[in-house]
Amino acid sequence: MPESSYEDINIYAYSTMPPSRQYSQSAMPLLPVSPYSGPSDFCTEENISECMLYISQELSSLGLPSIFYDLNGIRQLDVMSTLNRMYDLLQLHRRAMGVVEELEVEQLKVSSDLHCQQLTSSKLKDQLELSKKENVRLRERERQLETSMKMLQTCLKNEKEEVQKLQNIIASRATQYNHEMKRKEKEFSKLKESLNRLLTDKKDKKQGMEVLNYLGRSDGRRSQWKTGKTDGRHEREMYKTLLNEFDKHQKELMLENAELKKVLQQMKQEMVGILSPKRHSQKEEKSTDFTDQQIPSDDEETSEMSCEHAREKLTNSIRQQWRKLKNHVENLDNKASMVQLGKEVSEEMISKQLHQEEMERLKMEIQQCRDFIRTQQQLLQQQLNTPCDEETAAVLNDCYMLEEKERLKEEWRTFDEQRKNFEMERRSFTEAAIRLGHERKMFEEDRATWLKHQFLNITFTDQMKMKTQNSLSEYSVQEQKHSSGPKTPL
Amino acid sequence: MNFSEVFKQSNQLCKVSPDGKYLATCVQYRLVVRDVNTLQILQLYTCLDQVAHMEWSSDSLFILCAMYKRGLVQVWSLEQPEWHCKIDEGSIGLLSSRWSPDGRHILNTTEFHLRITVWSLCNKSVSYIKYPKACQKGLDFSADGRYMALAERRDCKDYISIFVCDDWHLLRHFETETQDLAGVEWSPNGCVLAVWDSCLEYKMLLYSLDGRLLSTYSAYEWSLGIKSVAWSPSSQFLAIGSYDEKVRILNHITWKKLIEFEHPATITSSKAVVFKEVEKRPVVGTENVSIHQITLGSSLFNTQSKYEIASLPVQVTVVKPDLDRANPKIGISAVAFSADNRYLATKNDNMPQSLWVWDMQRLGLQAVLEQTAPVRCFVWDPRKPRLALCTGNAKVYLWSLAGCVSVKVPAEGNFQVQSLFWHGNGDSLVLLGKDQICLCYMATDEEK
Repeated sequence: MPESSYEDINIYAYSTMPPSRQYSQSAMPLLPVSPYSGPSDFCTEENISECMLYISQELSSLGLPSIFYDLNGIRQLDVMSTLNRMYDLLQLHRRAMGVVEELEVEQLKVSSDLHCQQLTSSKLKDQLELSKKENVRLRERERQLETSMKMLQTCLKNEKEEVQKLQNIIASRATQYNHEMKRKEKEFSKLKESLNRLLTDKKDKKQGMEVLNYLGRSDGRRSQWKTGKTDGRHEREMYKTLLNEFDKHQKELMLENAELKKVLQQMKQEMVGILSPKRHSQKEEKSTDFTDQQIPSDDEETSEMSCEHAREKLTNSIRQQWRKLKNHVENLDNKASMVQLGKEVSEEMISKQLHQEEMERLKMEIQQCRDFIRTQQQLLQQQLNTPCDEETAAVLNDCYMLEEKERLKEEWRTFDEQRKNFEMERRSFTEAAIRLGHERKMFEEDRATWLKHQFLNITFTDQMKMKTQNSLSEYSVQEQKHSSGPKTPL
Repeated sequence: MNFSEVFKQSNQLCKVSPDGKYLATCVQYRLVVRDVNTLQILQLYTCLDQVAHMEWSSDSLFILCAMYKRGLVQVWSLEQPEWHCKIDEGSIGLLSSRWSPDGRHILNTTEFHLRITVWSLCNKSVSYIKYPKACQKGLDFSADGRYMALAERRDCKDYISIFVCDDWHLLRHFETETQDLAGVEWSPNGCVLAVWDSCLEYKMLLYSLDGRLLSTYSAYEWSLGIKSVAWSPSSQFLAIGSYDEKVRILNHITWKKLIEFEHPATITSSKAVVFKEVEKRPVVGTENVSIHQITLGSSLFNTQSKYEIASLPVQVTVVKPDLDRANPKIGISAVAFSADNRYLATKNDNMPQSLWVWDMQRLGLQAVLEQTAPVRCFVWDPRKPRLALCTGNAKVYLWSLAGCVSVKVPAEGNFQVQSLFWHGNGDSLVLLGKDQICLCYMATDEEK
């Protein structure tokens, strides 16, 4: 018997179908039935019995008693039971609808609950985010407050230390003052004592000097009366001493200055030399800078005067050069570091260490030179500020160059002379060569004619000599052949 | 090195004449003049009382003997022993006495610094200078002997007077910007006068010969200031040692600080050589005591010592001073340049056993000498860069670029070197004990 939960199913008939065939899809042919459809009905006049069979099987699968009854072995449709079954089915359907409604309602509720939950969860997420941010912010603030507190604590410690130090200073000063005070008091009391002694002691011991005989002055001269002239003399002597000292000083500084300027010039030239060949090969953008460098260097060589303009130009150009050199070295440094990583190889690399050493050496030199130049600029300013004769200054400035100019002129003169000499010699040599060529040609012609004459004038007696001469002529013919002489047949 | 015998002296009064030929010593109230090389007594003079101060005149012809308690000064002539001169300051009292650079005037400072009396030995003239200042070094003569700078104090203000020593003519008189002037010193070229304030204020003023203020230098405020000052022989540098254990060098072009030398308790500078004196006490009471050891005298004072080069970093012995007392034993108390201007020797009072030598060309530490006892006295050789020092024991120590050597003074008895000075030509050293002197002649060839 099929299990069924329906209470009011009257199970009094049996069915011919095997039980427990609920929801069997494959056993029954699927009749093309759609509820409430018109033309193609489930039951037509032809298939009534099949329909009846089908319905009874379905009913039995639902657990409802059969709609047939047996009358003499033939299955007859029981109308009453059919109506009952239909009523049961309607009940079932109603119940099912009720259940469906309930389920729908419940589903609606559940979905709205879900929606609510989702909303609340998103709200909570937002709140969580906010509170997290707040937390981070508060932590950040706490950290800042902690650092500021530490800083304030160190400040406090420093202030305390300074206060302690000042207190120590005050204490030491106080002991010093006390000591001095005591000393002065002691001296004061001694003074009072001696004053008392002097007042009471009537016998005043006079001061005086007794000497056997007076000596002469140590330098042997006689002492002079003190007049206004001697005062003036003293003043003059004092100023002379001072001026001598200043002069000596200035000379030393001028020498030093000249030395340093030379060194700076050398440095500048060397820096230009180092920078220029690389610039030509590597970067063309900076070619204009290179030409710029050339022009001031020419100017500098001519103006070695100790005027401020030239000095500034020199220091500025050295600064420029130094900056360019530094950039260049930095670039090389980067390349060198990349070479170390194995990325780029270039042939113009100098070892990094050498470069660094050179750089440091140059930096130190430049720093020293800068300091020197600064102090000397100041000194020279002072010198220039003191009133001096402008003409003599100009003459003095010129005379530094005079010697050099003279020397250069001499050298040029000798060079010119030498050049002239060389020209003359060259000319004479060419003339001599031409003459030699001419003479040689003439000599060859002469010889040819002489041989011709000889040959044409040969007699019998000379035939004897011809044998000897043959060898000679052969020799000369060979010579002629060699020297491409006239074509006289033998 | 040869050592002479030991002679008596009192009061550490022993001076070599400026021409280097004679050695004068005072024994109680007697003045003994010897020849420097043979040490034979040439002259003997008797003074009226125990001599407190003795000085040669600049031409080496006269000697001044001052007896402060009696207020007397006696002058003796070397050429004419029968010549005599006596100056009596009377009831005014005598505080100090000295020669003028020309050797013909004597400057006596009376008690309480009331005045300075200038007595002339050439004529009857007497000059008085009022209100001299009672300070560490209130009077200085320039190196060429032409000018004298004197510190004065009037109405609670400091002044400086510059006199021409020729005829004591007052050349310049100007007020200084000091609170309490402590000292004046001429530069060796005689053109700049260094004036410094007392230790309560760090202030160094530089005046030109004609009284113009060239520059002021003050390293810091409030703490105790300048303790010692020295000019370099070329007048290029002025070294200022102060209570903060540093020496500051000023340069003569800008009068600004060139460099600051610190004296740290741990030496790490790699270019410096640290010489440590190491004593080797002879083992007393061994069975085979040699005759050599016995003849050397009392074994307690016979400690041999030598120098060892210590490897860096080195800790220097520091003695913490008592800061509650005035003039605490801290700071650079002595600064001295070598004669060739290349080296500077300094002594820091709270590292009393060490002597620091600085290289002025490199402006760095050259050497540190660590002795076994506090350094009492150090002097540079007047010709070579050689330093002699003593620590109060029976040894004399020499430092030069070649190295350091410690020499025991082979004197009988208990000769402890308290101070020393070089002879003017740098060939010999005069060692002064408590009441004895001994001469030490340097070998002419180079020592190791």
